Amino acid sequence: MKKVLLVFAIAVLYTLHQDFWFWRTPYPLVFGFVPVGLFYHACFAVAASLLMWLLVTFAWPGHLEEEIETRTPSREDAEKL
Amino acid sequence: MIPAIVVFIYLAVVVYIGVFAFRKSTGRGKAEDYFLASRSLGPFVFLLSLFGTNMTAFAILGSSGHAFNNGIVTFGLMASSSALVIPLTIFLIGTRVWALGKKYGFMTPVQMFRDRWECGHIGTVIFAVQAALLLPYIIIGVMGGGTTLNAISGGVVPFWFGGAVVAMVVMSYVFFGGMRGTAWVNTFQTVLFLVFGAIALIVIGAGMGGFRSAVTTMQNSPALAPLLTRERISPLYFFSYTFIPLSAIAFPHISIFCLTARKMSQFRKTVIFYPLCIMAIWLPCVFLGVMANRVSDVPQIRQKIEARRTLTTQGRQMPPEQRDELREQAAGDDTILLLLQRYAPLWLAGLLGAGIMAAVMASDSQILALSTMFTEDVFAFYGGKRRFGESVQVQTGRIFVILLTVLAYAVALRAPETIFELAIQYAFSGYAALSPLLVAALFWKGSTKWGALASTVWTALAVIAVAVFQAVVPAPAPGPPTVIASIGGLELLSRTPGGTAVFGFMPVVPMVIVSALLMVVVSSLTAKPQRETLARYFVRS
Repeated sequence: MKKVLLVFAIAVLYTLHQDFWFWRTPYPLVFGFVPVGLFYHACFAVAASLLMWLLVTFAWPGHLEEEIETRTPSREDAEKL
Repeated sequence: MIPAIVVFIYLAVVVYIGVFAFRKSTGRGKAEDYFLASRSLGPFVFLLSLFGTNMTAFAILGSSGHAFNNGIVTFGLMASSSALVIPLTIFLIGTRVWALGKKYGFMTPVQMFRDRWECGHIGTVIFAVQAALLLPYIIIGVMGGGTTLNAISGGVVPFWFGGAVVAMVVMSYVFFGGMRGTAWVNTFQTVLFLVFGAIALIVIGAGMGGFRSAVTTMQNSPALAPLLTRERISPLYFFSYTFIPLSAIAFPHISIFCLTARKMSQFRKTVIFYPLCIMAIWLPCVFLGVMANRVSDVPQIRQKIEARRTLTTQGRQMPPEQRDELREQAAGDDTILLLLQRYAPLWLAGLLGAGIMAAVMASDSQILALSTMFTEDVFAFYGGKRRFGESVQVQTGRIFVILLTVLAYAVALRAPETIFELAIQYAFSGYAALSPLLVAALFWKGSTKWGALASTVWTALAVIAVAVFQAVVPAPAPGPPTVIASIGGLELLSRTPGGTAVFGFMPVVPMVIVSALLMVVVSSLTAKPQRETLARYFVRS
């Protein structure tokens, strides 16, 4: 369930990137000089960071680290190729 | 000339860092030490240098130049889409690439593909396509260096000499320091740019009499007001751009860089802070690029605006060569540097110029990546390492660095395109179309070497097709595109002022979709790798 919610969150954020609603207007000017379309996408970057925090916290692929611990790193594997 | 002197001092510091890294090297003569810094980078260096690796001349000069001509849309197009897609791919793919590298000793993506899909020469084909696509990106760095030094010195340092100096400096610290030197330099450069980018915004804003008055002036001008909105770009084009950041993880310098982390936990902070770093660097660049349109007392900027106006109003009646000439005159790659010259005191302009130079020189990791790929995927794979030893392999990598830099410089002197166009049209779209290879190798048991070959060949052909199409059909003046083929009133193929459109999308969209489809269809029809091989990659299933 947790993973489904995270996938949904990714899909929602991706959709929110296509913000056609601020397409043709600079208003309101945030802080008096930042067009709203630019401010929206700056906020989008912050939201992306929050989403990454959620992913790292709730969907961290810890099994990859465990797999490495069960096997000694070997350069020879690559050399055999 | 003072700013140029400050930049030259900065370049000397950078070379010293490379030499210092060489001295600090613990395993000289070992390929893993030279090419991957012995997989030992800590969290701070890993985050900042991975980010710095992605912040090139394209990000700094290209983004402000694009914003100068297209407005605030540049941030949404390139920065915020990257803020979501790039860390997501690092989280999903980068961590897995790191784990496999640690487990099986891979140093390049092609080594992984060869092992995963049990192939040899198909891996060489993938290497060739990757290498061909990486070259333009390296050229951008050299071009950016030439542009930056030329602008900072007020034209005293010619483009050819600036490019040569940057190429020499990058070559030196990559030659000596390898991955360790490159990572340290990138870290230093990223910190420098993050600090001075913010200072640049404040200084230039104050010099312009505050951004409020600049924005008000632009709002009142019918020619400039659209730059505060996104009406110059179509929503389909905007959507297309979200496919471009898929290229990041497929770029060998990024996927190879993922192998340098000491622990997997170092990806945590990188993934979380990556979007914020993007915002911190791109926001000032884009905003300043837009604001430059309101500057009336810098002759070079006035000339650019005039060239753009002529192109828009009379471009339709002009021959293609004249349009191209005007397009070059209107290109805004040096806008941010011109603003610095006009509004920052000399010493600060020098420091800020060094900060910009820092980002411009990110071509170092691409040069090193290509050298790593050549020595591992070709030299070692075809028996060079077995016959001549590991030390000769590392020396071969160093010689390759020199040859590659000289080649990139020679091409940069002749390349007519603006930094931005060159990067987007070839390297980014091509690597985005190669991203299905990584996804299939890591997440789909059913993928095969033939599927990988089909995707790779398609990518190469599609990039060539776009390049030929754009060379044959001249770019129209700003406004409606030239429709080349249509089906039932629907525009199938068009030549736009900035490139090519397929059903209104950028070529990267069909390139990625067809690449993924080919991987699925061809893999479904061909023999899978052995069960033992799959078991090593899909341990949990």
